[in-house]
Amino acid sequence: MTAAVDTVPTRRQTWQEGFAAWARRNTWTLGLLGFLVLLIIFTKLINPSFGAGGISNIAIRALPLGFATAAQAIVVISGGIDLSVASMMAFVGVVTATLMEGQSPEFGLAVVIGVLLLGLLMGLVNGTLVVLTRVPDIVVTLAMSFVWWGAALLVLRTPGGESVRWLRDLALGPIGIDLLPRAAVLLVVVVAVIWIPLQRSRLGLSFYAVGSNQLAAFRSGVSVGRTKVLAYACTGLFAALGGLSLVATTTLGDPKPGPYTLPAVAAVVLGGVSLAGGRGGLAGPLIAVVILGLIRSDMTFLNLNQNLATVAEGVILIAVVMLGSFIQLRRSRA
Amino acid sequence: MTVTTTDLLLEATGIAKTYGAVVALKDASLAVRPGEVHALMGANGAGKSTLVKILTGAVRPDRGTIEVRGKPRMAHSPAEARRGGVVSVYQEPALIPDLDIRANLRLTETPLAPFRHWMDELGISGLDLSRMAREVPLATLRIVDLARALAIEPDVLLLDEMTAALPANLTERVLEVIGRQKGGERSVIFISHRMIEIGSVCDRATVLREGETVGVVDVAAGSEERIVELMLGEIVEDISARAAAGRPAPQAPAAPRLQARSLAAGHGLHDVSFDLHPGEVLGVVALEGQGQDELFEVLAGSARPRHGEIRVDGSPVSFHHPADAIRAGVVYVAADRAEALLMQRSVRENIALPFTTRLAQWGVINLGNERRTVDRAIETLQIDARAGREVRRLSGGNQQKVTIARWVAGGVRTMLCFDPTRGIDIRTKHQIYLLLRDLAEAGAAVLIYTSELKEVQLVCDRAIVIFGGRVVGEIDATGADEATLLRAAYNLTSDAQMPEELAAEVVAGSALATGSDEPSPRSPGAQQ
Repeated sequence: MTAAVDTVPTRRQTWQEGFAAWARRNTWTLGLLGFLVLLIIFTKLINPSFGAGGISNIAIRALPLGFATAAQAIVVISGGIDLSVASMMAFVGVVTATLMEGQSPEFGLAVVIGVLLLGLLMGLVNGTLVVLTRVPDIVVTLAMSFVWWGAALLVLRTPGGESVRWLRDLALGPIGIDLLPRAAVLLVVVVAVIWIPLQRSRLGLSFYAVGSNQLAAFRSGVSVGRTKVLAYACTGLFAALGGLSLVATTTLGDPKPGPYTLPAVAAVVLGGVSLAGGRGGLAGPLIAVVILGLIRSDMTFLNLNQNLATVAEGVILIAVVMLGSFIQLRRSRA
Repeated sequence: MTVTTTDLLLEATGIAKTYGAVVALKDASLAVRPGEVHALMGANGAGKSTLVKILTGAVRPDRGTIEVRGKPRMAHSPAEARRGGVVSVYQEPALIPDLDIRANLRLTETPLAPFRHWMDELGISGLDLSRMAREVPLATLRIVDLARALAIEPDVLLLDEMTAALPANLTERVLEVIGRQKGGERSVIFISHRMIEIGSVCDRATVLREGETVGVVDVAAGSEERIVELMLGEIVEDISARAAAGRPAPQAPAAPRLQARSLAAGHGLHDVSFDLHPGEVLGVVALEGQGQDELFEVLAGSARPRHGEIRVDGSPVSFHHPADAIRAGVVYVAADRAEALLMQRSVRENIALPFTTRLAQWGVINLGNERRTVDRAIETLQIDARAGREVRRLSGGNQQKVTIARWVAGGVRTMLCFDPTRGIDIRTKHQIYLLLRDLAEAGAAVLIYTSELKEVQLVCDRAIVIFGGRVVGEIDATGADEATLLRAAYNLTSDAQMPEELAAEVVAGSALATGSDEPSPRSPGAQQ
């Protein structure tokens, strides 16, 4: 298609208008970003010494949850849910740590590629079961979370194994300046490299289409079943990345699934992805992960009970989502 | 027909499809020549929508063949049908609400230049493609959907009720553009409830009745009558005679039990008024989607009217919840039994449910009382309760009797029945007709919509005709034969008021309903 085709008879959009349209579409994400900035200022006020160390701590803890959240966000956007994310991460973690024990860096690379494929495969299994059996996704993935957990225990009964050195170096320590932790850069780069091209592809469109309105997607010629299976596969891939990041940051493989599945759902919702499907992206949920991490670290600093922090997370989740629907309601009426 | 099979663009022969025990299509055929606009006609339940689903690959037929340009072609999905050159546009636009228009075009791999060309032709230029589909007015989305289909130049373009909810000016443009498709290589299959549109744009019409193709008519002046005749088949004289004979003389008009004044709701209902008297069965005659769904939802209290007033026994009421309606003595029997019954619970519990909840406010349920009342209701309605432990094991007819019985047991004043005999065997149907008549004779007021026009003369005293969300006429049901009713339903008797003009106001501000997967009950009240 030639460029001439694309010219609209009306005048071209100015960049201000373009920006306004972009901002309007990403209101939620920008709002979260604003909230994050306020939270950082608040943190700095209560704890003037908050700096490189604190940031790095939060980033390292946010890395596995970030990948878990990206994994969950993709399947939620396409109208499903996956409760087996943490179990898949644990399984990938023990497989990686066991295989890497005492091995060369080159072999470590082969392991990484191998477990990423394993993640895709687990996701394909989840998705195929959901589509073929027609059992509700929440039931299938809950059941599969036991399967993957059991598989992890078969590989390794107690935490063990080790990580190759380069994998650790990839996630730990700062990059360039002290304030920029490697874990944060790694998370953003990996998610961006996979998600941005995916979102712009026909497959990415199909994720949104199926999540938004299955009948319309079907009538538009989208293969609904195949799209769902591939969404679960992407979720599996990101869960595998989460598992790898667990090995990288702890240098161990732990067969017990960590607290990632439901916190990831919380971050997804807080990040502006509709649980009904079809709306949102990955940027919002990742910012939400950082916000939740920062709140927890502030609570620790203020010497508040850790359990109170968990209560606070719940309250914030409900409050923010209510506020969101309220704003949307106001806007749709205006 | 003088056409030889070789010069047909699309030919479907011997198509059959059954869903469980229900025969949707017995032997349907359709032959479309290149360059023609071909109408597909049939009354409710004739099998039109099943045939459309088969042509577009959404449903697989049990038997039959489909050929496009002489080559066998059986699509297994809309995507495959699309690749095979059959593209369809429905009344509900198939656009994804959460994607912008440009992404929607990309989803169907629609080239941009021809799309813009057709948008201009259809009278909408300068649409901002970066707008989310859910923010674009519904009428515009329908045009976008059509332009998107035209842009990929399909061999066969299938328009299923596409114009049903378009404003007049847009309908005109659409018909004009469709008309211009004539004489070329490609064809259009056109489905519409409006005879005027059929007459103005179609070359031929294929008529379906009870799952069979009963005729192909060349569309010309006066062919409407012939089409209606074909849609009806032979009229069953004896039934109507029997119905008329068994009817008692109309009683002296009492004060109306239920009154509707200028009711408007949702996208479909614009202006409906009527009086329903005690002791009478009032029918609602309407084609599918003329606003009757919204009307019954509003009257039953599950949706709120946009405009207008409901009066019970002369005093205005406002229902915020079905419980309000039930308290006012207005009860609802739905077509879909699953909406009304607790399928896993017993017949007894289901019948007792509405008045149990009333008694339970004082504490313990009086089981002896309950048993007696329920038994009486089961007997009155001749419910076969042998499989009574779980309602879902009853036949559809017996299930529907249970939904009626629960209201009869409590003593019914006003009953609203929405297509109560849908998918029910003929014997049970007659029992239900008799039951409704008995209820009326005992002083109840009954409002009934039925998709089977035959039922109107069997059960109703009077009937109002709704077309395009408005009452367009009133018929004395005892004197009405099916042909009269069908003509009335198609609004053929009066063409003074065109519904298109009225659709404009509804369409203008409305956004595409955001997509939940299952059809949720429309409740305009809840959105406010």
